[in-house]
Amino acid sequence: MNKSIWTIAALALVLTACKSTPMNPAKVEDSSVTRPMANAKDSNADSSANTDKINIKTVDVDTSKDELSAAELAKRQVFFDYDSDAIREEYKSLIANHAKYLVAHPQTKVVLQGNTDERGTHEYNLALGQRRSVAVKNALNVLGVNDSQIETVSYGEERAKANCADDGCFQQDRRVDIVYAGQ
Amino acid sequence: MNKTETMKTVYSHLTYAVWRIFLAGLLACMFATSANAALEIEISGGSAIQIPIAILPMAEPANSQKSRLHEIISNDLRGSGMFRIINTSGMPALPTNASQIKYTDWTALKAQGLSLGEVQQVGGNLKVSVQVMDVLRQTALLQLTYTVSPSQYRHVAHLIADQIYEKFTGQPGAFATRIAYVTKVGKRFTLQIADYDGFNAQTLVSSNEPIISPAWSPDGTKMAYVSFEKKKPIVFVQSLYTGERKVVANFKGNNSAPAWSPDGSKLAVVLTYGANSQIYTISADGSNLQQVTKSSSIDTEPAFSPDGQYIYFSSDRGGRPQIYKVPASGGSASRVTFEGGYNVSPRFSPDGKYLTYIRNDGGSFKVAVQDLGTGDVKLLSNGSLDESPTFAPNARTIMYATRAGGKGTLATVTVDGLVRQRLSEAGGDIREPAWGPAQAAPK
Repeated sequence: MNKSIWTIAALALVLTACKSTPMNPAKVEDSSVTRPMANAKDSNADSSANTDKINIKTVDVDTSKDELSAAELAKRQVFFDYDSDAIREEYKSLIANHAKYLVAHPQTKVVLQGNTDERGTHEYNLALGQRRSVAVKNALNVLGVNDSQIETVSYGEERAKANCADDGCFQQDRRVDIVYAGQ
Repeated sequence: MNKTETMKTVYSHLTYAVWRIFLAGLLACMFATSANAALEIEISGGSAIQIPIAILPMAEPANSQKSRLHEIISNDLRGSGMFRIINTSGMPALPTNASQIKYTDWTALKAQGLSLGEVQQVGGNLKVSVQVMDVLRQTALLQLTYTVSPSQYRHVAHLIADQIYEKFTGQPGAFATRIAYVTKVGKRFTLQIADYDGFNAQTLVSSNEPIISPAWSPDGTKMAYVSFEKKKPIVFVQSLYTGERKVVANFKGNNSAPAWSPDGSKLAVVLTYGANSQIYTISADGSNLQQVTKSSSIDTEPAFSPDGQYIYFSSDRGGRPQIYKVPASGGSASRVTFEGGYNVSPRFSPDGKYLTYIRNDGGSFKVAVQDLGTGDVKLLSNGSLDESPTFAPNARTIMYATRAGGKGTLATVTVDGLVRQRLSEAGGDIREPAWGPAQAAPK
């Protein structure tokens, strides 16, 4: 009990220091607040035999980041066919890799951002993009990822390329982006 | 704006008679707005019956206005498709009060109406006096006087045009009204409010993240819209005059497509939580959330019927997207559109007689209007990516977003489909128009 209090106190100190760094505040907050909090809890879970020092290692954060930037998790875009929310065979392993990571890190949260090409109306495309993000969520759920770790949202056509002339261009817009909280 | 290019694209649609009107209009336009063309009006097409009217220059003290009152009034009336503006540039004498009128001059030009008047400086204000004469009967149809601040110069012209429009057509005008729309310049989104013709634009919100779906409160004092500033769609309501800004819907997932109930007490919104888009109602203060549709399909783009009884919406519950209606308190939905394989974005005319929406017509997205009495449907626009139709408060004209020269712009079309105009801005991309209500707003 004492140990966890110290852990939290020490982390808080580290965080306060980080937060006051006057560079690019959004980024500092993202990497210092969200990630270490998740990892602090993770390490607390198996920390009973460890010392305080191990618990407050900021290395945990970096380790986690390394893990997320590993090749199999670096790919975070799932592309779709026109007017379809079916997950293509080629993206099943990408989704499985993220599912594996999220199951192993139950405190980590992810936002699935659906997107469409610009054809159609803004609001209807928002709904279509949502359907795609839900398709990816369902695939993650099947692989054991908890609903509380996932938020599905849609940008619809709002981030679509302007003036696409062919399907190769439109194709780039029909996707779900997997965005980890704090990144 | 490249005038030659514009003329080329418009030329083929013009009949000879309309071509003459167009040339006159273009000239007026060039003189009127060459210094600073915020938004220009281009007319392509023409109504079968047009009332010939002469709008004479008023006697005005020197001022810095870029367009004169008679030019603004002429543009309004011409753009409605209901009037033919008589060219008066060759006339030897242009009267500025009724006693100076030589009626034979104007009967020779086949004018039915003649508008003339003067502007006086009264303290810091302008006193605008206008008479509109019936040329055949040689009687006054309208005698109008307005005393306003110089900043109301264009507004007064629109008020006068509204009066003339109503006197000759029997229907109220919609020139002294405002629109909201979203612009994208570089990566910057702004929600703007402007006069219906695009002038006097003011920014309500600006953001580096998308803004969509502006919706006027029925009293014209508040705007609901969707902002992605928190990296997800959230519904805000903002007061136009105090700037007070409230989150109305920020639930897990998407919050979008706000539509006001006719009494302004609540909004229909679309929420997703962790699943598909469904329609809810919520009080304007964010309380009292109630689910309206319960389907495993997409249900979105809600619009209240003007009597408040129904919510019309887009849904793909039948396979392809079509428009349905459901009682506003929930219940079973029934289908409204049957022609065409893709109909979305329903919006009512304020009188409840028409429904406008977007139809995918063989790969082109066009504005359609359905007469709710007869069920007749007409396609009104000729673009390929037309969106967001919105009715003028007098139900005579529909504004919509279209694309021209690789960027988004706004256009209007009359409900009979005879007159189309394009409002084009110099830079950036304009989309998501919403025509404000008729009530004159405080300024």
